[in-house]
Amino acid sequence: MEIYQLLPKTNCKICGESTCMAFAVALLGRKKNISECTPILEGDFKKQKEKLEALLLPSAGAEETGMIVHPEICTGCGNCVVACPVDVANDPKGAAIGCAPTNDKVIFRVVDGKVVASNIKECRRFGKNRVLCYACIDPCPTGAIEFV
Amino acid sequence: MATCPGCALLCDDIEVIVENNRIKETKNACRRGAARIKGCINRLEPKIAQKPSDIESAVRKAAEILGNAKSPMLFGWSNSTCEAQVKGIQLAKKLGAIIDDTSSFCQGLLIEKLLQKKFRTCTLEEVRNKADVLVYWGSDAQDSEPRHLSRFSYFPRGESRQRGYEEDRIAIAIDVRESNTAKICKGHFYRIQPKGDREFILALIDALSGKVPAYEPKKILELASILKKAEYGVIFAGIGLTYSIKDDFDILVALADKIPNFHIMPMVGHYNMRGFNENLFKETGFVNRVKFDGKVVHDNRYSIVEALREKSIDALLVAGSDPLSSLPRSLVRHLASIRVICIDPCVTMTSKIATVTIPCAVSGVESGGTAVRMDGKIIELSKIIESDYPTDEELLSRLMGAL
Ligand code: SF4
Ligand code: SF4
Ligand code: SF4
Ligand code: SF4
Repeated sequence: MEIYQLLPKTNCKICGESTCMAFAVALLGRKKNISECTPILEGDFKKQKEKLEALLLPSAGAEETGMIVHPEICTGCGNCVVACPVDVANDPKGAAIGCAPTNDKVIFRVVDGKVVASNIKECRRFGKNRVLCYACIDPCPTGAIEFV
Repeated sequence: MATCPGCALLCDDIEVIVENNRIKETKNACRRGAARIKGCINRLEPKIAQKPSDIESAVRKAAEILGNAKSPMLFGWSNSTCEAQVKGIQLAKKLGAIIDDTSSFCQGLLIEKLLQKKFRTCTLEEVRNKADVLVYWGSDAQDSEPRHLSRFSYFPRGESRQRGYEEDRIAIAIDVRESNTAKICKGHFYRIQPKGDREFILALIDALSGKVPAYEPKKILELASILKKAEYGVIFAGIGLTYSIKDDFDILVALADKIPNFHIMPMVGHYNMRGFNENLFKETGFVNRVKFDGKVVHDNRYSIVEALREKSIDALLVAGSDPLSSLPRSLVRHLASIRVICIDPCVTMTSKIATVTIPCAVSGVESGGTAVRMDGKIIELSKIIESDYPTDEELLSRLMGAL
């Protein structure tokens, strides 16, 4: 929705989708690239384009799991770091007990006061035995983590 | 590893990457802490009567003002190291001055009762390892002490809480609004009316005594039964609670008596407010609002709020605090009419109206020292980068020497 709001909303079809909404969905699913919407590349939409890029950037590389983190609204509280079952399993002496992560195998870390996600392929929402895990979404006070 | 002076959790697991004596990156600190560690946006300059000066002259001028004042007050201290606080108390003694800190309009009362051992309390490590029922009362920990829930209270696994928050802990919020903390306590949020804490406590005491409470019986009975079953409970008492029952504090003692497995912990924002309370308590038996008048006199008149309302002080030294930003407008007017000396690393609202400003090093970043965590544990602060600025402790010593 946020993505759709930033598009030109003219439904001009240049991008190859029938509507801007469809394009927004395709963007989220990484099936399309922002530059395929040529109208937004033109002058008037510069700000919107930058916002869109910022919005889409954090999840680049996360397409398989669909995880999007929004560092701009993250407070760095670390709830997700400690609550994620992958972090608990991979760092029992660090993240699991509320301490700073002690290795690089965790999914979440807080850098410069904001969350950074890596090792996303370890996420329980991904792979053969996937489960619909909410352990990073529910504890987040600001809604900074989303899955699409 | 460095310690974050961003709040009274004093997280001591912070990694800092320094390049050319500048802080490049922080790891593990929350947003508030990271900003704090990165330092001030506007550095304070030494000034006398708004004119640029140097630290030495500013200290001399400050000593002159305090030495000539009839009724000087030393205020602030919640963002100062213990070492500076002790110096401040000595200075107050020497001057026969009033000394007070931000706790007189914050958590002072609760901390006083705690130091008088009116409550059972515990450490944050005990909370992590043992606590199964957590009550955030009048406190939005998630906002004020952002890593409270993740480092200690709710999310981490502890020695006897191996299965984590989902199964092993219950988090409860009692507040006048659905704060971010309350949102996390899904299903266990009890909304109360402003100033409704007293009524709520009394109802809870009834329910715990086997009576049917007069007020919201169903919810209160349900809460009472959770509290009763707790193996190791903690009430995190926020300023919302302290403020609302300040005239009738013993009801909280009475409630604690009804739930023997519970501990009470004061939620403290500023990193070393509890330190000041403990240091002054050691010296005088009181946590704030003291005048050294040959002997120790403790009176509400010696709180910053009353002193400004009664216009009873004629000079004010502020260290480690920005009262102008937190006091009501009507009181601030008197502040502007007396001589104010401000010792701070950064430009603050108070420094803008001060007669004398003296910059100091950022404690916990440019200078070390110790501070007291919200649960009473003494934590070592870190000196992360070098700085030419003197510490506030050193400035207070120099000031005392110049008297
Ligand atoms: S090209 Fe852009 S404006 Fe046109 S339909 Fe696609 S998204 Fe909408
Ligand atoms: S969905 Fe679960 S496993 Fe995946 S990152 Fe979030 S908490 Fe971790
Ligand atoms: S829980 Fe949310 S706000 Fe807290 S660190 Fe994780 S993403 Fe940021
Ligand atoms: S919770 Fe407090 S002490 Fe810990 S990193 Fe954040 S501001 Fe610093």
